[in-house]
Amino acid sequence: MSSRIVPTILSRPVYGTLTPTTASAHLLIADADGGTAILDLAKAAPAGFFDSAEVCYVPGADADFSDELQQLSPRQFHTSPTIQALLPRLSRTFERLHMGTSVYLAGSESLIGLATQSAMQAGLDYQALQTEHRGTLARRVQCVHCKGTTENVTTQPAECAHCGLLLFVRDHYSRRLAAFQGVNINAEDPTDVPPKIEEFT
Amino acid sequence: MSAGHRLLGAIDVVVTDVVELNPEVKRFHFARPDGQPLPAFSGGAHIVIEMKDGDVTRRTPYSLSSSPFETDDYQVSIRRDDNGRGGSLYMHRSVTPGMAMTISHPSNLFSLDKRATRHLMLTGGIGITPFLAQTAQLIRTGGEFEVHYGFRSHDVAAYVDELTARIGHRLHCYADDQGQRIDYDRLLSSQPAGTHVYVCGPTPMIDLVLSKAKEHGWPDAHVHFEHFAKAPPGEAFTVELKASGITIAVGEEQSLLEAIEAAGVDAPYMCRGGACGQCETAVVEYDGELLHSDHWLEDEERSAGQKIMPCVSRFRGKRLVLDL
Amino acid sequence: MATPAASLPFRDETFRDDFTFRNSPETVLRAPFPFDKDSYMYAVNMELHKDGRPGTAFEEPIDVDEHYVSEMRDRALVLDEDPLRCQSLPHMTLAGWDTLELLMTCKAESYPEWFSLERNGDQWRWINRPLGIDDTFTFGDETTLPYGPLEYITRQAQGDFCVLDERQGNFWMDAGIVTTQADWSLDFDIGMNFFEWHAPVPLAHEKGIFKRALKYLLSIQQGNPARRLNWTMTVNPRLDTSPENYHQWGPENTHITPENVGDKLYLRIELQSFWRLPRSNALLFPIRCYLLSMHDLTTVPKWATRMHRVLKDLPDEIASYKGLDNYRQIAIDYLAPYDDGKPTSKGPFPD
Repeated sequence: MSSRIVPTILSRPVYGTLTPTTASAHLLIADADGGTAILDLAKAAPAGFFDSAEVCYVPGADADFSDELQQLSPRQFHTSPTIQALLPRLSRTFERLHMGTSVYLAGSESLIGLATQSAMQAGLDYQALQTEHRGTLARRVQCVHCKGTTENVTTQPAECAHCGLLLFVRDHYSRRLAAFQGVNINAEDPTDVPPKIEEFT
Repeated sequence: MSAGHRLLGAIDVVVTDVVELNPEVKRFHFARPDGQPLPAFSGGAHIVIEMKDGDVTRRTPYSLSSSPFETDDYQVSIRRDDNGRGGSLYMHRSVTPGMAMTISHPSNLFSLDKRATRHLMLTGGIGITPFLAQTAQLIRTGGEFEVHYGFRSHDVAAYVDELTARIGHRLHCYADDQGQRIDYDRLLSSQPAGTHVYVCGPTPMIDLVLSKAKEHGWPDAHVHFEHFAKAPPGEAFTVELKASGITIAVGEEQSLLEAIEAAGVDAPYMCRGGACGQCETAVVEYDGELLHSDHWLEDEERSAGQKIMPCVSRFRGKRLVLDL
Repeated sequence: MATPAASLPFRDETFRDDFTFRNSPETVLRAPFPFDKDSYMYAVNMELHKDGRPGTAFEEPIDVDEHYVSEMRDRALVLDEDPLRCQSLPHMTLAGWDTLELLMTCKAESYPEWFSLERNGDQWRWINRPLGIDDTFTFGDETTLPYGPLEYITRQAQGDFCVLDERQGNFWMDAGIVTTQADWSLDFDIGMNFFEWHAPVPLAHEKGIFKRALKYLLSIQQGNPARRLNWTMTVNPRLDTSPENYHQWGPENTHITPENVGDKLYLRIELQSFWRLPRSNALLFPIRCYLLSMHDLTTVPKWATRMHRVLKDLPDEIASYKGLDNYRQIAIDYLAPYDDGKPTSKGPFPD
């Protein structure tokens, strides 16, 4: 399965395919369908790869690969109920990491974005991370007006969960905020309310 | 003979001191003739020194080794190279206190990554010079670092005493003649997240560190190296500059870029060491062999024969035409 | 903020609400008109920023004009409402000090009657007479200033300032103060590289403009600043056309009529300059905004003619990206009588 993401503007992230490295330690982080990217990587991984691997996984309601991942017998296997619940652990994990540990992120753009943000806060360059998109196209969107971030945005336009403005969701993306930019779509004429289309599913 | 265009961002200086650190290395001190401060700079920066050696004008980059916060006194340390084009020999033999010289503004192609939680500096021989400035900067602005310094023997290790006094236990020395070697595997496998590694030294050392870093899974963004090529001497040759409509001669100890400048033709440059890409020039046609010495062009670009870096590369053959 | 002495030649005016901003005839004539020919397309239009032409905005390296004091008052209002308009990632403090030194030195040299800087080692005394500031501080010690070094000095300098960190052969926008922007958000773009923050610009990536521009910018060395001009249009003399407040000023885009276009629609010129900073090796990127109403343009026949031709021939994608769709035709119609169809003289300056 390959990502359905089409490259548009240069700030819009694009993702690759996870490839096992020969590093001495591995940290793999995934949510929902991202679990299948780890399972695919396992097929190409050398023997003993998972002896030095930690896997952090957030199962999805319709996509739970916990059992299959656990069967890979990673040195450490951890599940979290949500991405938000995983973040405090991730932050500490990245702080303790040694340079040279390979980091693999797979699943929704929210998972990849928030894990990247956590790694960058620990001083890792984002280009040090392998990423693969699988599953939903739902977006995290920062409202440029009120600065609130709305999770799991699937429509274009979308309502800001904080200030209620109707936002056009741009492809312009901030790694620092792990969010796409939302800009009021009908500022020039607030009575002009375009229909919402399910675009990011 | 024309001296060529004035050096970009030229500063007139006077040599205030020349200190012999050991039989191979001399340290040169520069100040402004009027005593005003020189421009501030960043650790890792280099200056281009213009040397008027008889008919030949050489312009060679050297790392600044003084503290970026001491702008009354620029220092560079130069190892004598008996097989080079003669720049270091000129500096060692002919430059004396009181001489007027011209240098460029500092520019930096080996800057610290200021996001780093820790800086690991690996160096050999005269490659220590940029780290002298960088450690001075980090002591002033704050930042964790350690320096691993390899050299043939203590007789030629120019800066051990000074650095020991300044940075103490953060300096680790390795003398070849005592069988001491930097343990790259141990160093590169034990650094905490957020560490950046810097290497400056002989080419084999740089190549080794880069391959070890890759082997240990270091991402490129955390690995920094100073890879100045030296413009090598070679056979004299001629070159046609198409846009200028002239043909010029390049002497045995002159670089192609220096010859272009001496002819009064404006050519862009920055590092003069084959690293920065600014002087990349299109080859219109040639019959012979392009002798590439840079670290800029990709292998495919070299074999395509359409580009040359005149700061360090040369030519052997019948005819070379450049788009200049 | 202190009130400037009445003898100083600075206007007391607003860039919001009642919009009392006006250009004097002298200020119109010295504006950096952005079109050097009768059409416009993206280009790497860089040139060295030195040897300033007398009587123009290029005369001094950092230009101070009659709007200085009022612009600084507007900036303070914006920062009070939204402190996110000035941000600096943790590794950019040294570049902030470099910026402070550059701006203080340039201003004190160019305008000694208004600004002075006394340096005694790290002990500096800075006097800004138009704004009534006289501060003594320790260079390099943030605790001796009321704000961080970047915010301190750019609260006293017209235009937006971006500070770019150089890494991996690219520039990263890791600090800045942005209150007079053409619809982009520092809070969103901070941390992006050169290609990422320019990503939304149409056409120019395909033409390789940004690759060439980046190569040029990377070559900029201390002591050799460069500049280029950019432009857009703005309804009302509003400096702070931010995306943050777009829902508030956006409706004004529909308010242009043939009757009010002369006084209400402005050519918004950006004089962008690029300075290599010494201690941080960062690049300072000031974006200074000049506003000329359509009526101001008609006082310089060559400029009115040229503006007419540029607007008429502008590619639609660029017009839409710049947000001109609501009023482009109205402006063309307003300027048409000033275009006699004859060739204009070379270069951007008035005849």
